[in-house]
Amino acid sequence: MTALALALSGCQMSLLNAKGPVGADEANILVVASIIMLAIILPTMVVTLVFAWWFRASNTKAHYRPDWAFSGKIELVVWSVPFLTIVFLGGIAWIGAHRLDPAVPLESDKTPLRVQVVSLDWKWLFLYPEQQVASVNELVVPAGTPVQFILTSSSVWNSFFVPRLGSMIYTMRGMTSQLNLMADQEGTLHGLSTHFSGDGFSDMHFPVRAVSDGAFTAWVQGAKGSPVLDTASYTELARQSIADAPRTFGSVEPDLFRRIVDQTIPKGPGPTQGAESGAPASVKPKGGS
Amino acid sequence: MLGKLTWSAIPFDQPIPLVAAALVGVVLLGVIAWVAIAGWLPYLWREWITSVDHKRIGVMYVLLGLVMLIRGFSDAILMRSHQALAYNAPGYLPPEHYDQIFSAHGTIMIFFGAMPFMIGLMNFVVPLQLGVRDVAFPTLNSVSFWLTATGALLVNVSLVVGEFARTGWWPAPPLSETTYSPGVGVDYYLWAIQISGIGTLMSGVNLVTTILKMRAPGMSYLRMPMFCWTALASNLLIIAAFPILTATLAMLTLDRYLGFHFFTDEAGGNSMLFMNLFWAWGHPEVYILALPAYGIFSEVISTFSGKPLFAYRSMVWATLAICLLSFTVWLHHFFTMGPGGDVNGVFGITSMIIAVPTGVKIFDWMFTMYGGRVRFTTPMLWSVAFLVTFVVGGATGVLLAIPPADFVLHNSLFLVAHFHNVIVSAVVFAAFAGYAYWFPKAFGFTLDEWWGKAAFWFSLVGYVWVFTPLYIVGLMGMTRRMQHFSVAEWYPWIVAASLGVIVMVVGVVCQVVQLVVSIRRRESLRDVTGDPWDGRSLEWATASPPPSFNFAVMPHVEGEEAYWAIKQRAREQARLREEPDYEPVEMPLNSPTGFVCAFFATLVGFAMIWYIWWLAALGLAGAFATFVVFAWRDRVEYEIPADAVARINRLNRASRLEALQQARRKEAA
Amino acid sequence: MSNSAAIPGSLPGVVPIRRDPNHLGHHAAGEGESHAPGRGTGGPAPKRIVVAYGFWIFLLSDIVMFAAFFAAFAVLRGGTAGGPGGAELFDITNVAVETVLLLFSSFACGVATLALNARRAFAFQAAMAVTFLLGAGFLALELREFTDLVARDAGPTRSAFLSAFFTVVGCHGLHVTAGLLWLLTMMAQVFAKGFRQDILRRVMCFSLFWHALDIVWVAVFTVVYLMGSAA
Repeated sequence: MTALALALSGCQMSLLNAKGPVGADEANILVVASIIMLAIILPTMVVTLVFAWWFRASNTKAHYRPDWAFSGKIELVVWSVPFLTIVFLGGIAWIGAHRLDPAVPLESDKTPLRVQVVSLDWKWLFLYPEQQVASVNELVVPAGTPVQFILTSSSVWNSFFVPRLGSMIYTMRGMTSQLNLMADQEGTLHGLSTHFSGDGFSDMHFPVRAVSDGAFTAWVQGAKGSPVLDTASYTELARQSIADAPRTFGSVEPDLFRRIVDQTIPKGPGPTQGAESGAPASVKPKGGS
Repeated sequence: MLGKLTWSAIPFDQPIPLVAAALVGVVLLGVIAWVAIAGWLPYLWREWITSVDHKRIGVMYVLLGLVMLIRGFSDAILMRSHQALAYNAPGYLPPEHYDQIFSAHGTIMIFFGAMPFMIGLMNFVVPLQLGVRDVAFPTLNSVSFWLTATGALLVNVSLVVGEFARTGWWPAPPLSETTYSPGVGVDYYLWAIQISGIGTLMSGVNLVTTILKMRAPGMSYLRMPMFCWTALASNLLIIAAFPILTATLAMLTLDRYLGFHFFTDEAGGNSMLFMNLFWAWGHPEVYILALPAYGIFSEVISTFSGKPLFAYRSMVWATLAICLLSFTVWLHHFFTMGPGGDVNGVFGITSMIIAVPTGVKIFDWMFTMYGGRVRFTTPMLWSVAFLVTFVVGGATGVLLAIPPADFVLHNSLFLVAHFHNVIVSAVVFAAFAGYAYWFPKAFGFTLDEWWGKAAFWFSLVGYVWVFTPLYIVGLMGMTRRMQHFSVAEWYPWIVAASLGVIVMVVGVVCQVVQLVVSIRRRESLRDVTGDPWDGRSLEWATASPPPSFNFAVMPHVEGEEAYWAIKQRAREQARLREEPDYEPVEMPLNSPTGFVCAFFATLVGFAMIWYIWWLAALGLAGAFATFVVFAWRDRVEYEIPADAVARINRLNRASRLEALQQARRKEAA
Repeated sequence: MSNSAAIPGSLPGVVPIRRDPNHLGHHAAGEGESHAPGRGTGGPAPKRIVVAYGFWIFLLSDIVMFAAFFAAFAVLRGGTAGGPGGAELFDITNVAVETVLLLFSSFACGVATLALNARRAFAFQAAMAVTFLLGAGFLALELREFTDLVARDAGPTRSAFLSAFFTVVGCHGLHVTAGLLWLLTMMAQVFAKGFRQDILRRVMCFSLFWHALDIVWVAVFTVVYLMGSAA
């Protein structure tokens, strides 16, 4: 299993091959906790099999003790081994839950980039409030700069997750959640929704491009020429669609995100047909999958 | 007149469900026709459908569980094969159909596969182990069973009439609200679960009352077999947890039908409330299934090791600890909602604490084998395989209870592999262990061992084969419920998992063949003494199958392992106990109340799903009338005369004496 | 650890009768336990006890269900969505009258039980009729409150708070309705069949149910009306 972990850490997609401090910490906890538990469960598995085999009915060498049903010493060990393990792992859980709380900002001398995330049916909208641009189904961040995500949803729940950066978090309508992540180095990563959100769920993945500061600025400049994201185009965007190609918006109506959160903009409308009959309504993909 | 129901509800454009349903329909009709032509309908009606005998009801529960496990498994085959064909491709199931499949898989497996199986075994075994004649409320027991069957029926009707939920097996709002799920799928889920939930609750009340108030003389709490303890804990959980589910689903129903705002995230509603309430039921539910499973393993391991259960009292405490703790962990189902470090930390730790009593159980089962004489029968194989594989599931569970680990593994296939690892190895293995272990008690002949072992090995290998790749692909960031995917590195693992399914299919086929072969060879597999495994608890003290009254006279319990003590005395003294003074036995009369009531419940459920209000009202009135008719009966019991009781018991005594003498002769030789 | 070492391994069957193998507990052999039926080692309880016990457990589960509704109410209490809150809507006088009706109907139900135990058919029917009337009066007042609220545009679809309010109170009301139906059935049964043992047990369960509804109402009154209007 440890060998497996090593093999996995070489793999392109693996959580254990993290590309950011949060993911690396979490991968570390995963590995440490796994090793501790393997130290308990592997002997347990072996001893179980050894007991079962040695005390098989046909083994005349095994000593049959038909009345032996209690030993205080064994019970003491039996209760204390799991207890002590849990005390130790509980410590990891408690410290980890605080240190890696998604809402806690990352330590860095750079000013964090703020990104507002909205999950729509079925695509992701990323708003850059400081840059005044937005993108759909593509997240571009500068490598080495912490990113502060603030997330909500226009319709149903989703969960924002970039496996190799670490922590996921739910997006929920009428509420915001917070997440802090950072990409260590440049490269393209895979992001996706992990909370089932309906028929278009499988296409709610997006590339995460971690680029140099210069390239990020260039991307922002390039996006400036794109259309405007205002209430009308947002309402259009909030309609159900599957596998939208990535695109950008050159400017964003002020307060758009706040209005999505406090629901002064109508929610995602859901399926438009088939509401009356029991037959399933379906939306066909726009692009390729 | 028919509410929302029109011809368009039947998915004529989708060949898979239609063909499948047509096939099932033809088979069902064929079976019914065969039964009718053979003239067995009156027998079935008299002896099974209207039976209030806890053993018959238990058998019917298990049968329902078996059929539904296969039904849920066929969904699993669809899902795995579909995903194997869905790399950079649409696969063969469109999303709206695939979504129904995984929702139905979870719903059916939990509510109509695992639950009836466990409740059935408890129903069958607990009164026998307690040394009593029936459960506390026999007719209510029949009502419970038939309501559960109603739920199963409604879920399966959704295959052809309308659709099933496309929300996953827990219909989380806002996705399950009318805006995003306007079809009848969620309504099918709601009414099926509500109706069967009433059945489950009634069965919980019944078994708790039975265990607490109806035990043979001398059967004090600390002399109860372990299975009775775990059944008690499980049913206490049913009583405390199922009403939460009922309330939660009622709120969702009100949201959907009458425009209430419990979970809408509008007008002050809050979808997070649903998650909290649902999992406040959902996590105890895991233990409602797992605790009786632990009881089955306790019985099986002790019997086939030829030893008492190691540290019985420790096991009792561990059981009760799990029972209580199961209510303190629900929040670990949504660490990623962002509740903050303190809340996540606390619930991470409480979730881990459950591993302590569970770990104690594992070690105690291990030491039960120590110093024993282990016989590797099919039930024992399932139990040893459980011990070895369950610890992996337990360990990954503790791993997921660490919030930062959950932040990257939540909703992934690693999580899916984890809960299948624990539920399959605990509940499904226990179900098959218990099935093979108590089958001779129910039918008077053992199951064929060769086919049983074949089923075991194929299922075990298939199960490890399917879920190991899922663990790995989960660590690679693949999430659950994907209709298609485009990541190349996931693909080989998904294919590997699908190949494992083929091995599992062979296991399931062996399981079915075992039953057929055993029935055909029943004469050579006959259990004449009623004690085929050298058992230790009271169910083995009576004939196989037990007479309707279970025990000719109520056994008097003088210590733990009541039957073992009786048997040891018989062996030492080389004779059976003195023949008791037989007295007439009063047993409850059979009643169609349960069946008729379930018929009306089906009407109500179907009518509510399709907004056919008059039919719903009619169904409710019918159900009430059924109860009034039942309450109006003048005769409720019938008497079995003392000489009939004596005749039945003497037969069993004769074969037991014969077996005893044979054993003596063998020892002497 | 035990005396099994003295037993030859080749003779598996022959061992002494075991006492408590765990050597734990003060009453390992069961001595000192109650020998009353249904408790400790005394064998199955009589039918009356079993039925009442089972019904109690059902009532507990029912109370758990109410607890879930109460929890939802507590969470959603602030979710008025700009609509009216408890303080503006609740008419405490009306609720007080409802409470009095329900409590008196419980008293009447108690009288009916006494009459039943004394096997006095007429007194039983009369007391049950009074119970019914008081219960029906309670329901009528509740329905009037509901229709009044809906008329003032404060129906259950107005806000989450009102959804929760109507559900908690309405669920209790549904229980009362079911209770009334049950009550009539019991009156008819006693009338038609007399004081049969199984009917006596059913009336006992009914009276447990009716009193339990009082307990739930006390919680409704406190949590929903008093605390709800304080906010």
